[in-house]
Amino acid sequence: MAFEIKNPGLATTVQDQGRVGYYNVGIPQSGSMDQYSAELGNALVGNPATDAVLECTYLGPVLVSDADAIVAITGAPVEVKVNGETQPQWTRLQLSAGDELSFGVIQGGTRYYIAVRGGIDVPEVLGSRSTYTLGGIGGLNGRKLEAGDVVPVGAPDGDLPALEVMPEPFRPTFAKEQTVRIVLGLYDHRLTDTGKANLLNGEWKVTPVADRMGLRYSGPGVEWKEREQPFGAGSDPSNIVDAGYAVGSIQIPGGTQPIILHRDAVSGGGYAMVATVISADMDLVARAAPGTVTRFAAVSQEEAIVARKERAELKTKAWEAVGAKP
Amino acid sequence: MTTPSPVLKEARYTWGGDEFLFVEVDESMSLAANFKVMSIARKLSDAALAGVVDICPANASLLVRFNPDVLPPSSLESSVRNIELELQNHDEQSLETRIIEVPVWYDDPFTAEVAQRFREGFHQEPDGTDLDYAAKVNGLQDAAEFIRRHHEQPWLVSMVGFVAGLPFLFQLVEREKQLQVPKYLSPRTDTPKLTVGHGGCFAAIYSVRGAGGYQMFGVAAAPIYDPAQSLADFEDFMVFFRPGDIVKFKPVTEDEYNAIQAQVEDGTYRYRQVPVTFDASKALSDPRGYNQELMEALNGI
Repeated sequence: MAFEIKNPGLATTVQDQGRVGYYNVGIPQSGSMDQYSAELGNALVGNPATDAVLECTYLGPVLVSDADAIVAITGAPVEVKVNGETQPQWTRLQLSAGDELSFGVIQGGTRYYIAVRGGIDVPEVLGSRSTYTLGGIGGLNGRKLEAGDVVPVGAPDGDLPALEVMPEPFRPTFAKEQTVRIVLGLYDHRLTDTGKANLLNGEWKVTPVADRMGLRYSGPGVEWKEREQPFGAGSDPSNIVDAGYAVGSIQIPGGTQPIILHRDAVSGGGYAMVATVISADMDLVARAAPGTVTRFAAVSQEEAIVARKERAELKTKAWEAVGAKP
Repeated sequence: MTTPSPVLKEARYTWGGDEFLFVEVDESMSLAANFKVMSIARKLSDAALAGVVDICPANASLLVRFNPDVLPPSSLESSVRNIELELQNHDEQSLETRIIEVPVWYDDPFTAEVAQRFREGFHQEPDGTDLDYAAKVNGLQDAAEFIRRHHEQPWLVSMVGFVAGLPFLFQLVEREKQLQVPKYLSPRTDTPKLTVGHGGCFAAIYSVRGAGGYQMFGVAAAPIYDPAQSLADFEDFMVFFRPGDIVKFKPVTEDEYNAIQAQVEDGTYRYRQVPVTFDASKALSDPRGYNQELMEALNGI
């Protein structure tokens, strides 16, 4: 079976858990930005967590299913419509052949996910179905969806879970304020004390310059220590000899606007990174819409690893809550 | 004979959150630093530690992604520190690699057109060209002399990344002979595919069209990233360059460029390349003489 795309929406792409092992040649991990929401969509329709979904950004697609299908919409709050009639989110929905799925206006956050029983069945490229648009690989022909596309859906390979609805406590919130936990490091020693204080005590706001590569924040700015720049590093104190960029790392070109690199990150460059968002909070960052007020809280690496375990446990509990196997 | 590593201090170890170890071999760029980075990366890869996800050697530093559920950070750090120590005691000087001839149409119309669109507010000299500016800041007579300096001596691929398959290249000449050009004042939103660019002391070839801040000098005639893997040089992998590759740029005319394009179109184009053993100590003690030796390898094919 397949989905026929009547209207592609703003930036709808095929994503899964991502593509690891090729960052050393500049191919980023990609994958659903809000992994937690995408995965729970798969849980509701009886898919394994590794199945590919459609990631919708602000304006979702209008699509028609060419056969009976089972879908669930998770992630950012949005009005879900089947043949024009409103349907619940975080709930398993039955589509009949010819049914049209469409969306209203997003009510918070940035991205929502369409999980379909059987998974989106595009060919794997380098071990993943995720779309990396800049490199033109993965997904449907290496690009975001266009009107007229036919998106193949795979055959189901598991039982449907007992519950049709994800219980409220397991659904993430999409708030207008966030505290994002970070581990200081990399080049934080290049900041002045004032610079570091600004980063940690300041109030930062997500700017409209935010996409799958990264999110840019406005705020008080930071200060870099003056120094004679090392050979090959470039002239600005925020420059370093081009190095690998950690996913989730925060760079502050020129000391003005911090950028958090996300799943389609450029793999390296010449700007000093001063901290890295902990892996457990990457989904949270992905949920931030422009204007979201953000504070950065420094934690230790040990605390980051505890948070990582807690996130994994929460996910397992969510799968179990609907009676699905992760 | 000089050796690359004694001049380097112990690397700096720091963390990118709970999944990344960052090893800064040196703050400054040098062949010695890059060679040490590549040696650590190679040994770490050979060690095949469970939980290591990505090993990304860069110009003078190394980024390692790991899964802390499988490999505790402290174990990873001590493994890498042991490798570093091992290298100090038993330094590796040679690298089995290849030298590749990369045809470039310097001073081409594609990059010139894009440069025209990004002058005021973007470039240091809005009324001039990138090439003239590069010649001036390097104290050279004119663009022609800059171009000659650019392709006369070979370059080492010191890092692959930024975007898919983009090589950073470091010229194999003494520090005082390195070509250095500042990046654009503000990055462009467009750069033609296969632009040969330059920022700081690094050359780069843009594998895909997109944003960029490097000065633009020309355009490479053949692909370096081929997701469809249609050319023979991409049979094994969609990315052409690997860290440690040695590149000799070859200036081509518009006609030669078009001839290469035609070969790319019909799927017959092959890069001229030959395996070589790269000896870092020779490259450091007598760059010119050694470069001559390396480049002669290309004559035999």
